Order: sequence, then C-alpha cells, then structure tokens
Amino acid sequence: MQLGRVARIVLGAITLVVLALIYLPLGVVFLNSISTSESLSWPPPGFTLEWWGRALHSTGALEALGTSVVVGLIASAIALVLGTLAAMALSRYRFFGKETVNLLIVLPIALPGIVTGIALNNAFRTLMGVDLAMWTLVVAHATFCIVTVYNNAFARLNASGTRLEEASMDLGAGLFTTFRLVTFPHLKSALMAGGLLAFALSFDEIIVTTFTAGTGVTTLPLWILQNMFRPSQAPVVAVIAVILAVVSVIPLAIAQRLTAKDAEAVSR
Amino acid sequence: MTSHRVSTYLAPRRRLQLASLLTAPVLWLGLVYIVALAALLVTAFWTVDELTGQVQIEWTTENVVEVFTEALYRTVTLRTLGIALLVTLIDIAVAVPVAFFMAKVASTRLRHLLVIAVLAPLWASYLVKVYAWRALLSSDGLIEWAASPFGGSTPGYGLVGVVLTLSYLWLPYVIMPIYAGFDRVPDRLLEASADLGAQGWRTLVSVVLPMIRPAIIAGSIFAFSLSLGDYISTKIVGGATQMLGTLVYDNVGAANNLPLAAAISFIPIGIILVYLAAVRRTGALRSL
Repeated sequence: MQLGRVARIVLGAITLVVLALIYLPLGVVFLNSISTSESLSWPPPGFTLEWWGRALHSTGALEALGTSVVVGLIASAIALVLGTLAAMALSRYRFFGKETVNLLIVLPIALPGIVTGIALNNAFRTLMGVDLAMWTLVVAHATFCIVTVYNNAFARLNASGTRLEEASMDLGAGLFTTFRLVTFPHLKSALMAGGLLAFALSFDEIIVTTFTAGTGVTTLPLWILQNMFRPSQAPVVAVIAVILAVVSVIPLAIAQRLTAKDAEAVSR
Repeated sequence: MTSHRVSTYLAPRRRLQLASLLTAPVLWLGLVYIVALAALLVTAFWTVDELTGQVQIEWTTENVVEVFTEALYRTVTLRTLGIALLVTLIDIAVAVPVAFFMAKVASTRLRHLLVIAVLAPLWASYLVKVYAWRALLSSDGLIEWAASPFGGSTPGYGLVGVVLTLSYLWLPYVIMPIYAGFDRVPDRLLEASADLGAQGWRTLVSVVLPMIRPAIIAGSIFAFSLSLGDYISTKIVGGATQMLGTLVYDNVGAANNLPLAAAISFIPIGIILVYLAAVRRTGALRSL
C-alpha cells in the first residue's frame, strides 16, 4: 500500500509501544517475586530469592498445586474420552440434530463463566442436594474442557478423511481393530494437543472454580485469590503467580507445536 | 473373542454405532449442563427461607420484578454496559493500527514474530494478569512512580482501574481477528485504489475499513461479552465498584440468595443474546 515513510514509522512505533505495554505487567510480577520489598513497592529496593524459598516451603501453596494438578488430570481424562466420542460421531456420521450437539459442546465455554458457575453451583446444591467437594469441581471442569478436545479431534478426523478406515474394513479388520490400528494412531497427536489445552484451561480456571469447589478444596488460582489481599503474603503470592503463568504457558506451547507440525505433515 | 463378536454385530448397524458414540457425551452435557442451566432459569422464580437461608420451592416473580424495577440494578446494568462498551472501543482503537502494521507493513519474518509476541501473553494466566494490574495500580506501584514526577498519580482501585485491566486482558483477543481481517484484504485492491488516484487515507476509509468491518465486530464480541460477565477483575482492582458480575457473586456468596442471583444473571445473558443476534446479521460470526 502507498504509505508514506512517516505513516510507516508511526504505525511501527505504536506497535512497539503496545507490545511493551502487553509485557510490562507480566515483567513487574516477576520482578516483584524477587524484590526485597514486602509491600511490593516500586521500584524494587533490592533483589532476593527469599520469597521463592518460602513459596517452595509453603504447605498451603504446595497443596493447592497438588489439587490443581489432580483436578486438571482427571478433568482432562474425562474430557478426552467424551470429546473423542463426540468428534467421532460428528465427523463420521450424518444425523438429525448435529448442529444442536455441536452447540451443546460449545455452550459451556461460550456463556459467561459466572453463568456456568452459578448454574452448576445451583444444580449441585439445590437440585441434587449434595455438598460441594472435589468431585463437583472435577465435573465442572470436565464439562467446559470437552470442547478443546473435541475441536482438535474433529479437525484432525475431518482432515484425514475416511479412505484409510474404509480400506482397513475392506481388508477384514473389525470396528475396534480399525480404530486401534488406523484411526487412533492418526488421531494421537491431536488428542495430545487437545488434552494439554484442556489441562491448561482447567489449571488456570478461576470463575467456575469459585462456585463449584467445596470448602477446603483449594486450587492454585483459588489460593492466589485467597492470599492476594493479605499484606504479609504479597511476595509469596507473586512467586506463585509466576509459577502459575509459566505452568499454564508450557502445555499450550507444546500443544501449539504439535498442531503446527501435524498441519505441515498433512499439507505435504 | 467378545470384542470381535460385538464388532461384527455393530459393523452393519450405523445407527447403533452412532448411538453408542453419542450417548456418553450427550448424556454428560445434557445432564450436567443443560439441566443446570434450565434449573437456574427456574430458580429465579423461587424464594429463600429468611430464617434458614435454604432455597424454597415457592413460586414468585418477586426476584425478577425486583431486578427489572429497582434503581440499583438499572444503575449497575448501565455501568456494566458502559464499561464493556468503553473497553471494546479502547481495544479496537489500539488493535486496528497494530493489526494493520502486522498485516500490511511488517515483513514476513517480522509478521511471524509479532503474531507470536501477541499470542504468547494470551496464554499466561488470567488471574496473574489481573494480579499484575493490582500491583501496577497500587499507591506505591509503578504507575504512581512513573506519574508522580509529572504531577500525576495512579488512578488507584476503582472504575478506571477496571477499564484499564479489562482492556489489557482482552486486547490480544481483539488484535487477532482484526489482524486476520487485514490479512485477507488483497494488496491488489490497495494498489488499484492508489492507481485510481486515492490517497492513503482515502483508500483506508473507502476500501479497507468496509472490508475489515466483520473482523472488527468479531473482535468486539470477545471484549464485550467477556467484560459483561467479569467479576474477578472488579473484585481485585475495582475497589467498591459494582458490576453485574459482582452483584451475582455477592448474592450467591455473602447474601446466600441464589434465586436473586439467578434473576440478575438474566441481564448479562439477555444482553449477550441481543448483541449476538445483532452481530449475526453482519456475518461476523463466521470470521470468529
């Protein structure tokens, strides 16, 4: 496009400033986690690793980390099974109400978190009359994680087509053998990516979690929320925040790589 | 082998295969989610026992009437709408030049780098980002430190803090669809416009903007609907600011009045549905 030099420079400068502003807050959290100031005052008067040491010995934070991992793993496992089944059905069969099933899968993530949260809270407490516990949290997380597995599996199943499966059936393999030897190996990396996304989504979730976790069930985001307003805990919370950010980025980065690599392989 | 026998039985029966695939996921989503949503709608018409705090199945339209008539809810709804609109406008204003630079000015290599740079913070925890703004906005935080030499000061925890934080949170969600929109505008059109004598500015207004309108609207859906339902940021950086989300939260928690909370939640659901219906006509949903 015919853009003057000045216009290009101005646009470039704006982009640079915006990117800097995007990263600045995250950088501040990291610096606060190694600042000697207990009240997180800026600029940091000095640097220390004391808070990192304390965070690694904080039983509350470690237990919360454990809870988050367990909830994330079980919820992703459920989402993997249900998401794969749904993706198989919607990609390999034609039936009435397909659009509705699709909507059903997307809805838990499309509606505002607070609506999903209080709907499930109400269903557990009033409708079923049970106390909130760890399993209610797992059920809630699994529900909104299904969509990530489904999306990945569905895209892969659609891209790979049915020719190989038909060939396998023609050669006499049964349904299960075909799935085990043909469909699944094709689907494996997409399921890995979907599972990692589901885990990251669950690991980081706070809104639905607030409404569905029982008393005493504390995930890492809940722990941060509970301790954020305590002045004495401020630097330790910053450490946990850094850990939370890093742990939620890693599975997503791996998932991204998996999908990108396979997209290349498929297009080749 | 049993699995073999099941397989031979199922092989010619496509309907049965489909049923066995669909049963589990549809039952789960139907039982857990749809029933829960339907129950929430119904609960809005129930009451709470004032003594025990338990939800009672006693039909009343009191909650819904209260929500639609009392001034408090009108004020908070208008405030929430105002915040959501302001956040959306700020994000679009920031995202358009950045997305334009990424798609049409930057070299291919720089473009790839920029896409990663914009996407990466999207993955960092939501809560951590809000927490970061709490530190930035605090009375001895970075904003105060940077502004005080010029006689300014931090806006502190309040309405401005909420708008800043929400704009920050959703910015990458807005940049990405608008970037994709600019990317779809062929360079040939821009050249043709220039050949026909249009200045850069004229090309932008008459050629580019009409083409990326659906992308801008798609981006606005994220910023708008995510802001409408938010309560965590408001709690953390909003001070005493009330939004629809915080009202719902307070009624579930402290006030323990689930029916009223359910009734209040009708407002954001309604607004989002109206917004989506209006947006549907523009065809923006397809460019999500």
